[in-house]
Amino acid sequence: MSDSKAIFLKDATVNAADGDQRAFIRKALGGYYVNRDLQKARYRDWERARDAASLAKWSAVNDLANVLEKFVTNFERNGGVVHWARDAAEARAIILKIAEDNKAKAIVKSKCMTSEEIHLNDALEKAGYGVVESDLGEFIQQLRGEAPYHFVFPCMHVKREAISELFTKHLGTAPTDSPEELTMIARRHLRQLYVDADIGITGANFLVAETGQISITENEGNARLTAALPRIHIALSGIEKVVNHLDDLSVLLPMLATAGAGQPMTCYNTLYSGPRKKGECDGPEQFHIVLLDNARTRLLADPEQRDALHCIRCGACLNVCPIFKNIGGLAYGTTYQGPIGSVITPHLRGLKQWNHLSGASSLCGACTDACPVRIDLHHHLLHNRRNAAKESPTLFDQVFHHGFNFVIKRPWLFATGGRIFRATLPLLQKLPLPYMGAWMKTRDLPKAPAQSFRDQWKNQNV
Amino acid sequence: MSDARSDIFARIREALKVKAPKPHLKGEPKPGSTSSVAKPWLPDGGETADASLSILAEQLAKLKAVLIRVPDHASAAKAVAELSAAKNWKKVAYHGHPLLRPVAAALPCETWEADTSFEKQRLEGCDAGITTCESIVAQLGAILVSSASSGGRALSILPHVHVVVAEASQVVPDLGSALALAKARHGDQMPSMLSFITGPSRTGDIERILVLGAHGPKELYLVLVG
Ligand code: SF4
Repeated sequence: MSDSKAIFLKDATVNAADGDQRAFIRKALGGYYVNRDLQKARYRDWERARDAASLAKWSAVNDLANVLEKFVTNFERNGGVVHWARDAAEARAIILKIAEDNKAKAIVKSKCMTSEEIHLNDALEKAGYGVVESDLGEFIQQLRGEAPYHFVFPCMHVKREAISELFTKHLGTAPTDSPEELTMIARRHLRQLYVDADIGITGANFLVAETGQISITENEGNARLTAALPRIHIALSGIEKVVNHLDDLSVLLPMLATAGAGQPMTCYNTLYSGPRKKGECDGPEQFHIVLLDNARTRLLADPEQRDALHCIRCGACLNVCPIFKNIGGLAYGTTYQGPIGSVITPHLRGLKQWNHLSGASSLCGACTDACPVRIDLHHHLLHNRRNAAKESPTLFDQVFHHGFNFVIKRPWLFATGGRIFRATLPLLQKLPLPYMGAWMKTRDLPKAPAQSFRDQWKNQNV
Repeated sequence: MSDARSDIFARIREALKVKAPKPHLKGEPKPGSTSSVAKPWLPDGGETADASLSILAEQLAKLKAVLIRVPDHASAAKAVAELSAAKNWKKVAYHGHPLLRPVAAALPCETWEADTSFEKQRLEGCDAGITTCESIVAQLGAILVSSASSGGRALSILPHVHVVVAEASQVVPDLGSALALAKARHGDQMPSMLSFITGPSRTGDIERILVLGAHGPKELYLVLVG
């Protein structure tokens, strides 16, 4: 068993038994379902809008080389600097070098899952830079020293009392149980940090090839501040984030917000096309973008699952997933949690160690239904299971499948086996069956029928 | 060792040698720009100017942004001055635009034309920022500001209150129209920042409970002339 699997099984078991925490998560998501449905009802045809969104991403991903080339040309024409990173280590090195070359001290970050993926904060802190997460949820998780629980709502599992205690401990503020006051504490604390920072690091939700702009989606205004006040702006983005046309955003931006957070559009959707232009009074002097592969091309090479690169990280599939709601986001042990994380992590980090996530699904298909860009999520989980069985079958896979194959080809053996099975079924209930233990703990085996189906059929049809 | 850029492009070209099927679509969209194709499926932005204005009013109310409609520029200045007095603003920064200077002049407090110099600390100390905008999207209640129309990047996000003074004729039905308009207006000389603002800054990070004024403005006013 891989380490990641052992940890997953342990955490998932503990969390699934924690009724309080599960109720808390369900309650936190309750408002989302209502708002999402209200906003979806405003669409004149949500299903066809999903078609348009999925086509916009399909066209870009399946012509990635050309679209990316075009983006880069236009980005550079706008005065930005482009960096390429094959993997996480290269991306970290590029960002560290920019910081070093510019003698930076303080760095402020807005929410960027790609930076979690490459463990950027650790690297920057080790090199002696002060790094502050400015998104409220990320800020709280940074103080807690914990990874995000949900890639859109990073601290949705933390109760207000715990946040109040955390702020008292780290910021010396008076305890409070009002979310509003807690938010204001963070607001006051972070304001001066924006003003003082030399470098602002953001992610990017879309790279627009046609105009060379990057699009950033957020609610709090922290990304706006991060890209306005420091003298250097670095954006870190996966190569799959490109879209062809500016116009594609007219579908993608509203759908991202509606699907993921139940909003008509998030509060700020900002397009950046370079550093401060001549005649503009503020904005950074330098604008860098780091374009990261980090195994995305491996996923690209799988035509069956290539559409997983269409993901716009809205979080809708997490919000509806019964597994996510029961085991929570931390149990996954991945940068991207929930169904989309279970699909892509085996590609990004190895099928052998991460295939267990393919089983973290009830195959109900709620994720596929929720996805605004129509990624075939629950089928991809099955594809990964199939691929894993092919690539490195476990002993069980081998014995079971060969055995089954042998028996099913011999009707007399099948019938005899069935008879024995029916007779011994009550006994089986008491035995510690391999692979069935978890299942049997909470379930009873059904009573065996007196006759097999084949016998019943025969008797009825004589 | 080859450089990262050519390596990544080589990997992409190799990967794309095998084609992926087009996504399963309920009906092949007609060719054309995404927004023109998808327009009839997205939320309504109104077919007439009046319809758009009423959708806009409804959206802004839901977003907890305040819409103030006035007949002319003199009344706009008066409305902002009243707001300033009621809220007891001490310092207000504004974008140096011919339409905003009279508004600033009528304010009963200290004012500062923020695009004359970039002083972060001073801007942080302002109670409100007043800007114009590029356009207003009825469909979503979004206001498009830019580094050109809004006195740079910080003025519309750093002060605690944001006031936008705009003409009713700047209202466009949907997001697609706003993006097309920006492209037509600026061509390949886009302002370095274009930002759609949809209500006052907000967060739901603590127990998914909505709080206004996370990092950006806690209050957003749209003063619409005409
Ligand atoms: S897979 Fe689909 S639903 Fe899940 S985060 Fe990505 S875009 Fe959203």
